[in-house]
Amino acid sequence: MFSAVFGSVEQGIIYAIMALGVYLSFRVLDFPDLTVDGSFVTGAGVAATMITFGYHPLLATAAAIVIGFLAGCMTGLLHTKGKINALLAGILMMIALYSINLRIMGLTSENSIGRPNIPLLNAETLYSKFYSFWSTLGIDTTINNFFEMFGLQYLPSTWGTLFIMTIIVIIIKLVVDWFLKTEIGLAIRATGDNKKMIRSLSANTDNLVIIGLGFSNALVAFSGALLAQYAKFADIGMGIGMIIIGLASVIIGEAIFGTKTIMRTTLAVIAGAIIYRIVLGLALRIDFLDTGDMKIITATIVICALILPQYFEKKREKNRKLKRHAERLSLKKEENSVA
Amino acid sequence: MLKLNQINKVFNEATPDEKIALDQINLTLNTGDFMTVIGSNGAGKSTMLNMVSGSLTPDFGEIEIAGKDVTKYPEFKRSQMIGRVFQDPMAGTAPSMTIEENLAMAYSRNKKRILRKAVDKKRREIFRLALEKLNLNLENRLNAKVGMLSGGERQALSLLMATFTQPSILLLDEHTAALDPARAEIITNLTKQLVEKDQLTTLMITHNMQQALDLGNRLIMMDKGQIILEVEAEDKKKLTIPKLMDEFQRIRGEKLTSDKALLSF
Ligand SMILES: Nc1ncnc2c1ncn2[C@@H]1O[C@H](COP(=O)(O)OP(=O)(O)OP(=O)(O)O)[C@@H](O)[C@H]1O
Ligand SMILES: [Mg+2]
Repeated sequence: MFSAVFGSVEQGIIYAIMALGVYLSFRVLDFPDLTVDGSFVTGAGVAATMITFGYHPLLATAAAIVIGFLAGCMTGLLHTKGKINALLAGILMMIALYSINLRIMGLTSENSIGRPNIPLLNAETLYSKFYSFWSTLGIDTTINNFFEMFGLQYLPSTWGTLFIMTIIVIIIKLVVDWFLKTEIGLAIRATGDNKKMIRSLSANTDNLVIIGLGFSNALVAFSGALLAQYAKFADIGMGIGMIIIGLASVIIGEAIFGTKTIMRTTLAVIAGAIIYRIVLGLALRIDFLDTGDMKIITATIVICALILPQYFEKKREKNRKLKRHAERLSLKKEENSVA
Repeated sequence: MLKLNQINKVFNEATPDEKIALDQINLTLNTGDFMTVIGSNGAGKSTMLNMVSGSLTPDFGEIEIAGKDVTKYPEFKRSQMIGRVFQDPMAGTAPSMTIEENLAMAYSRNKKRILRKAVDKKRREIFRLALEKLNLNLENRLNAKVGMLSGGERQALSLLMATFTQPSILLLDEHTAALDPARAEIITNLTKQLVEKDQLTTLMITHNMQQALDLGNRLIMMDKGQIILEVEAEDKKKLTIPKLMDEFQRIRGEKLTSDKALLSF
């Protein structure tokens, strides 16, 4: 149980970076960008390919981020300069990336042009590099000894992954928060809020959409690159449904933690991604359910996240009204009895 | 400062809906001119303003601002020099962003937007001082989302944002039309004050004839895509509403068809 939740949290943090990307496109830019399913794999594929060629995992991850940025910019170009509908532009880019991803991963294969997956079993990844440093500190044994005192068994083999992932996601959150408060960030937010207005304030909304989608997909590709190194493989199918997972995280987070400020919303999105993973992980532990049911579980979670807040809000409103009504009635009674 | 040269615009060309919105419009505004524009619905007033702002491009003719031919400039590039307030109070501000963030965006209008903090201590002070002059107590609500403001407050903010960087040209399209009479009056006075302060070259559309007579040093009347009457400085001061109505009848040989729209106070 504990180790299952632990794994969910680790993965949740990785997916949280993708969810932040989805937040940027769907919420900030108000652009339903479906590029994500493709750019996630692009990130994973680029990182896995470069690592296989022996490049440093840091360099491989950085390259994944850059390529993801370019993919997002392409979608933005299709929409703004090509005047293609936002959904269609994303879908077009997504299917184009499928072929591109096969080609990228195919670079590692000598006898075929495309390649659907790359294992990274014995390769050096960001995590293995960090672990070789982390393990010398002896923190794992200290923490595990501590938990053992409470009788917990099945403790994780290392806390290092969680530690480094937490640091990375906090840095990214701070960067996103800062970016959205800069002059360019403000203009991007206004582009999603009121295009006519920001154009009349001399902002080139086309460029802002392109940059915004680039930034969004850079985060998505970063997340893909990290997941490939975490799971020790990249696969052409690993991006399927990614957009729904991202949206689920955004919606769950916003529903639970609110959207009062940007800093709060980005935190909510990260928490939403982690909660989503935990719920999914727990659901899969039910004997009746199989890993093949993952998609329907995802759909159920998203549907709940969309419907439940409405239901609760209605109920709260009703209670409020009932209470106020009762108050008014009793007040009237008092007045009558006084008279 | 602003020059419209033989501007033509036809909508839905070669269809049964064909509409000549602007018919050979010539107009020159000198620096510091404040021109009010009146005319019945569909006369082409908004279309003319949209030509200046760049939201629409003319079929024929040229537009010059500050001596530069800007006919081919896209809207965002022109708006470096143009401040604008729309009729709809929702249109001029970003509702999900705060008052200070909206002002910060207006503040960056004539500067290159870069990766620097949009609202810092120094700027916040500038915004606060500017808001104080509105007398709406907005200076104490810098972090309130603009979506929470009333239509009048929003319109005042829009006006401030439009004039913040002293644009070469200020365009106002019935910017008091959506407000109740008291709010409209506040915004009208504010308009006067802001325009006078920086001697802004202004083009203002209104359906309120009294407002058109009270404000500004020049007045034009439009009808069916043409400018049918131009009144200048001294003559404008002597102008009254009945005189304007007579003038229209004399030129067009018919009574003003939409007196009601034109005379709404
Ligand atoms: N985008 C458009 N497509 C088609 N026709 C248009 C368009 N914009 C304006 N028109 C037509 O051009 C004519 C002039 O419109 P315009 O909006 O300039 O009038 P206006 O003088 O501003 O009127 P109002 O006082 O009602 O605002 C109208 O007949 C209108 O129907
Ligand atoms: Mg109009």
